[in-house]
Amino acid sequence: MSSSSLPAPSFEQQVADLHGYLMKFARLQLRNETWAEDAVSEVMLAALAKPQTFGNRSQLKTWLVGILKHKIIDAFRLRSREVCQSSDSNDSEEDPLEYLGFKADGHYIEPPAEWGNPEQQASSREFFEVLEICISHLPATQGRLFLMREWLELSSEDVCKELGLTATNLYVQLHRARLRLRECLELNWYGKAVQP
Amino acid sequence: MPLKRTCKEVASLLVAREDRALVWSDRLALRLHMLVCKACPRFERQMLGMRNQLKEWRNYTTPD
Repeated sequence: MSSSSLPAPSFEQQVADLHGYLMKFARLQLRNETWAEDAVSEVMLAALAKPQTFGNRSQLKTWLVGILKHKIIDAFRLRSREVCQSSDSNDSEEDPLEYLGFKADGHYIEPPAEWGNPEQQASSREFFEVLEICISHLPATQGRLFLMREWLELSSEDVCKELGLTATNLYVQLHRARLRLRECLELNWYGKAVQP
Repeated sequence: MPLKRTCKEVASLLVAREDRALVWSDRLALRLHMLVCKACPRFERQMLGMRNQLKEWRNYTTPD
């Protein structure tokens, strides 16, 4: 029997099938299993409350991810005091800028590597997997703030406003997050992909 | 010399630039440093590469 003769999955089924997909991003962004489950449940309920027809699965994904982003911002607003309180106590005191390797006079010990053409390399699914693993390994507060900038696409001003953070505090955390991520990508992707 | 920055200071500015606008003296100092330094443009390319990759990842998470 050809698959085209099967009845198309119902809207409810299509939404349910994307539960795991939504959980992946909710976990990455919220860094708290309960918050993530709550946010995704709210997305599913909101979606099922107003069924819509989409031409294909990726349009449905886009719609659901859009709802998820709003639910996540609501969750952060609701828990703004807790979001930055885990204070990443096991984060070392060392400034991750030191990972780059500087001499006492501020020069590089060794110049940074050429990473090659990012357009070519970043197109692969494999790269995104490494990227997501690196993001998930950031200390929780840093990871949340970093993805608020890079995934939720909030301005630094809005991140501070939503969470009641000072700009200085935010910039310190983002500085650390970006340098850690750079280090992780270099070790786990470019170190293997780049020709010496 | 108020416009002189070390490579380490430049690296910090290149990271900060992703999240905030730099003051004009830092922007000018950055440009001047880039003209004479071989190592820092490499780090700048890494940061720009990451910026592009994150954008592609974002588009990939919400395909359309």
